[in-house]
Amino acid sequence: MAKSNASDAQALIRSLRSAYAATPTNLKIIDLYVVFAIATAIIQVVYMGIVGSFPFNSFLSGVLSCVGTAVLAVCLRSQVNKENKEFKDLPPERAFADFVLCNLVLHLVIMNFLG
Amino acid sequence: MARNLGFVVGFAALICAALLSISAAASIRPISDAHRSAALELFVPIDGSFPSLEETYEALRTFQILGLGKTSDISNATCPVVLDKLRSPTSSPKEFFNALRLNGILGCEIGSQTFENVASHLHALIKDADSLMDLYYSVISLLHIKGQGVSAVLSDAEGVFHSIKALSQSDGRWRYDSNNAESSTYAAGIALEALAAVVSLADAEVDQSKIGIVKHDIEKLFDSIKSYDDGTLYFDEKHVDGSEYKGPLTTTASVVRGVTAFAAVAGKLNIPGDKMLGLAKFFLSIGVPGSTKDLFNQIDALSCLESNRQGFFLWYRISIPLILSLPATVLSLTSKDQLKVEVTTVFGSAAPPLTVILVQASSYDKDTPVLENQELQFDTENNIHYLDILPLKIDVGKYTLEFEISLHDPENLNIYATGGRANALAFLTGTIKVDKAQIGVFDSDAESAATMQKLDLSQDNRISLAANHLQRMRLTFQLVTPLGHNFKPHQVFLKLRHESKVEHIFALESSARQFKIILDFLGLVEKFYYLSGRYEIDLAIGDAAMENSFLRVLGYIDLDLPEPPEKASRPPPQPVDPYSRFGPKPEISHIFRSPEKRPPKELSFSFLALTIVPLVGFLIGLLRLGVNFKGFPSSSVPALFSILFHAGIAAVLLLYGLFWLKLDLFMTLKALGLLGVFLIFVGHRTLSHLASTSAKLKTN
Repeated sequence: MAKSNASDAQALIRSLRSAYAATPTNLKIIDLYVVFAIATAIIQVVYMGIVGSFPFNSFLSGVLSCVGTAVLAVCLRSQVNKENKEFKDLPPERAFADFVLCNLVLHLVIMNFLG
Repeated sequence: MARNLGFVVGFAALICAALLSISAAASIRPISDAHRSAALELFVPIDGSFPSLEETYEALRTFQILGLGKTSDISNATCPVVLDKLRSPTSSPKEFFNALRLNGILGCEIGSQTFENVASHLHALIKDADSLMDLYYSVISLLHIKGQGVSAVLSDAEGVFHSIKALSQSDGRWRYDSNNAESSTYAAGIALEALAAVVSLADAEVDQSKIGIVKHDIEKLFDSIKSYDDGTLYFDEKHVDGSEYKGPLTTTASVVRGVTAFAAVAGKLNIPGDKMLGLAKFFLSIGVPGSTKDLFNQIDALSCLESNRQGFFLWYRISIPLILSLPATVLSLTSKDQLKVEVTTVFGSAAPPLTVILVQASSYDKDTPVLENQELQFDTENNIHYLDILPLKIDVGKYTLEFEISLHDPENLNIYATGGRANALAFLTGTIKVDKAQIGVFDSDAESAATMQKLDLSQDNRISLAANHLQRMRLTFQLVTPLGHNFKPHQVFLKLRHESKVEHIFALESSARQFKIILDFLGLVEKFYYLSGRYEIDLAIGDAAMENSFLRVLGYIDLDLPEPPEKASRPPPQPVDPYSRFGPKPEISHIFRSPEKRPPKELSFSFLALTIVPLVGFLIGLLRLGVNFKGFPSSSVPALFSILFHAGIAAVLLLYGLFWLKLDLFMTLKALGLLGVFLIFVGHRTLSHLASTSAKLKTN
């Protein structure tokens, strides 16, 4: 049984990887960006866990900047994805422009809260 | 605190009593250097001159009488003013008066023509004058002009005399003018001076009967003289109302001037010498006045009473007062002082030969005579009458002395006024010895068997006693005067002071032989607030006649008192040094918020490096995915816009970096507004270009 589980898991992963390879490059870039942002957030949380949350506002602004930009990237991904029926009429440049604008506003707030 | 207040009140009462007692026999001194230095201090010219001619005259006349020559620097500034007033045709009589009498002292260079002009003005003014003051100013001014050597004669002297006399009242006072019904004593002095001037300016002899009437008025005026308890006499106004009231000093000075001026022209007045002596004593009893007008009035009036001064009239027909004074009223037996008495004129000049006899010296409190009929010897060198009191065996204390002055030459009795008797107050002081002092502690029931320690108060050894609340403490001693009699001082106090500065004061009772106090601690337990511990014993003995009044620490007593019950009163809070609130305040130690513990630097830096790692990973991942710049527009204008777009984003991020480091929100928002507008414009162009190219590709 374990063997079949292991092989099932392996088969699952293999199919996932092959399916993922088919995604367009720009979506992969965005995924990579999201991973990068989340990884940065995790590192900051680990640091806070070690040293304590003394300048709590700084911690929050750091973590929320990463999380916020990740969320915006996810929104961009869903808007740019051609297979997504919902945003069929939205040109990707427009989505990108929204992404840039929202990031700039987010980072203004983050910088203010950083202290 | 209450105890201290009690002391102050008691002391104030003692001072008042002493002052009242002294008033019965005032110690007056003739004019001395104290007056001279006061004159120099009070009469201070501002920028070389005084504010007005009147004040200049007061200052210079005072200096002249006191022998302080100070006219040279004043005359430079003042003579022009005097000249101006004399030459001006519109000057009032008062201005002529001030200028001319000042000129009498300054001696400015004024031509006789000016004086003649002024004289003719004055004659006209006298004809038209209707008030006492105008007549006075004009007549006295004419007299000063006559004194300058210019002829000035009153043709209608009788008329002027009559118009001045018409203003007199029946009680010897004068009115200021015919409209005013109020009469004034000050005006009487003015009028008498004016009448004297009229008589001396008259070309023909004034009718003697008129002069006799004025003499009679003077006698009436002297009927209204007032007196103080110590024999000084003065004049004052009948009514004291507001602005016109001049005090007793000014009024008396005016009367003295007037009376002495009139006596010089009219012959001997029928005024008893005692009255002149009383007036002289009044002026001297003021001491040194504090204002310029008072000092001038005092000195000027006294100079009228003194014959040797360079007065306006050369000799007087009023008795010259002679003053008896004591240079020192406190005589010490220890330093073997002599009783010294001076008899001089009011300015301290020598009196004619006379003898002073101490008729009686009596103790002030008991009024029993201790000395009788002692003649004082005369020291010709120092002009002092003295008496050796040491061989007379008088004890310390306060005494009233009664003197009798007898002139050697009987003719002098008409010229001088001595008043016959004179009183003075004197203190005789000496060192008081404390004898047979003993102190001891004993049980309540064993007084006779008490062991007493001898105290020697001349040495500084302190005794040490101990007692509990069942015992008593006894202190006895005798006080002996230099002559060996028992002495009862004003203050004999015993003070017990606790370590906590709580004090208790006891008065000692005195019997005929000794002073004694017994402190029964059982009864005093509550008074002492049940405070046990070490008490310092102080003895205070003081008296005005005691040269060695002292407050001595006798020693210490350790008292053992029972515990205070619940309801016992607490000792009063001790007075804090009142100046301590101006001292430094207690230091405040501020509690600062301790800074939060920060992690060690190495840890922070390592995590900073760790945070960069995902970025690096991202870039590596991008490279592996094969990102390229193929989509970058190739033609120049869109390329420019794309570059500007990226530059704009970079600029915004840079602005955020600056915002974090240096700027504040408002400046950032301002800059962001500008950059944002730019960015929107550029971005729109770039992205629309990209959109159009991708649309073209799609259709293709």
